[in-house]
Amino acid sequence: MKNFILITLIALALITNVSAGTDGENKLSKKNPDKVKDCFETLNRGSFALNQGLDKIIFKPVAKGYRSLPAPVRTGTSNALINLSSLITIPNNILQGDFKKAGVNTGRFVINTTVGILGIFNVAKKMGFSEYEKEDYGQTLGAWGVGPGCYVVLPVLGPSTVRDTAGSFVNVLGGDPWYNASTHGNNEYLSKSDYVATKVLTGIDFRAKNLEAIDNLENNSLDFYASVRSLYLQDRQKKISNTKATIEIMYEGDWEEIETD
Amino acid sequence: MILSKKNLTIISFIIIFISSIGSVYSIEPDVFVQSTVNRAAKTLGGNLSKIERIQKLKDIAKDTVDIKGIGFYSLGSYRKGLTDEQKNEYAIIFRQYFLKSFASRLAEYSNPEIEVNSKKKINENYTMVFSTLVSTDQRPEVKIDWRVYTKDPKNPLIRDLIIEGLSLVRTQKAEFSSIIDSNDGDINALFDSLKNFKN
Repeated sequence: MKNFILITLIALALITNVSAGTDGENKLSKKNPDKVKDCFETLNRGSFALNQGLDKIIFKPVAKGYRSLPAPVRTGTSNALINLSSLITIPNNILQGDFKKAGVNTGRFVINTTVGILGIFNVAKKMGFSEYEKEDYGQTLGAWGVGPGCYVVLPVLGPSTVRDTAGSFVNVLGGDPWYNASTHGNNEYLSKSDYVATKVLTGIDFRAKNLEAIDNLENNSLDFYASVRSLYLQDRQKKISNTKATIEIMYEGDWEEIETD
Repeated sequence: MILSKKNLTIISFIIIFISSIGSVYSIEPDVFVQSTVNRAAKTLGGNLSKIERIQKLKDIAKDTVDIKGIGFYSLGSYRKGLTDEQKNEYAIIFRQYFLKSFASRLAEYSNPEIEVNSKKKINENYTMVFSTLVSTDQRPEVKIDWRVYTKDPKNPLIRDLIIEGLSLVRTQKAEFSSIIDSNDGDINALFDSLKNFKN
């Protein structure tokens, strides 16, 4: 019943989202992330302030502590978390019709989980596997043509869009094998707390890798909220396009009128 | 007036000489980026005080970045509504803001090692230069792409930095737009924010 309600809510959100693309205001162009509407800006700014507060008193100090661990420990942890994310990437490769990448990522996961001892060592990289690119259900929905809908800032979880939030729900509705195994696996080795722990650790690992960059951005922004929103939307756009071309090449036309000579 | 054969020869030599100077002094965008990076690295790695370091970084930005172009790009559609007087005022305010922000962003890095890998000519006016900030114990490797304005090949200028696919100038444009929008389209709100910028 709980799942049914969740699925209904997601379906409703996505239907509304797709319809929003036809109103002429909320341009859901695949090529322009800045056109995503910030429908709930006041509320979003509130969540953003809350997240900044949490970051200041919890996440940043923890990330600093994590950063003081020896480099091999951090690298091993990061590798293991990335390896675990393959379990979401592989089904999304398939859903996007990219069977070759699904095969490569499956091979990478098997090698790193076994020879690389639960993903701690990235053996596949040493064997010459191509660079790993994460995929998620939000990206798949985007690749299928579902527009991003409104920009939202979730408490604790941070920036997202209606589409990407809906995509995240798919993880806990059976789309993430790691969630299924730890929560519904019915075994004595794993529990839901293991799943939560890996998600928290992923957040800390990300924060630790970006300590200076985020501080720098915050100190040098006139409107930090707007900067983070722009960066998030650019990043999602790049990932959904699955392109190596930089955003700037994609938006070449924007510079046409700028002449300063 | 009909030119004599002698004069024609002299003029031809002058034209050839000038064009050869031009080709000698035109700078390849990747060489330009590498030399700019080297200048910045030397400044950041040297034994300078923070004030001296910031001043040197500002000098580098003045020589190598198209500050005015970035400023007007960052205004987006609002630039079309500016009067000439506002444009002049904005150019001055933005330059001061940019130099302060630029120097502050870089001043905290010590001895960054950037390797220029390749380049891609987009058109006559632009070339993208692709580089990598080498990883350290504290942070992973970072891809940095440079949008170089090459309209004048002898004097290339940086117009954007794209870090891991995310454009700094595009981010700034979104930021400026947000400030103007949240003040009912009043451009003076942006001018005030730029003037009051302290980091």
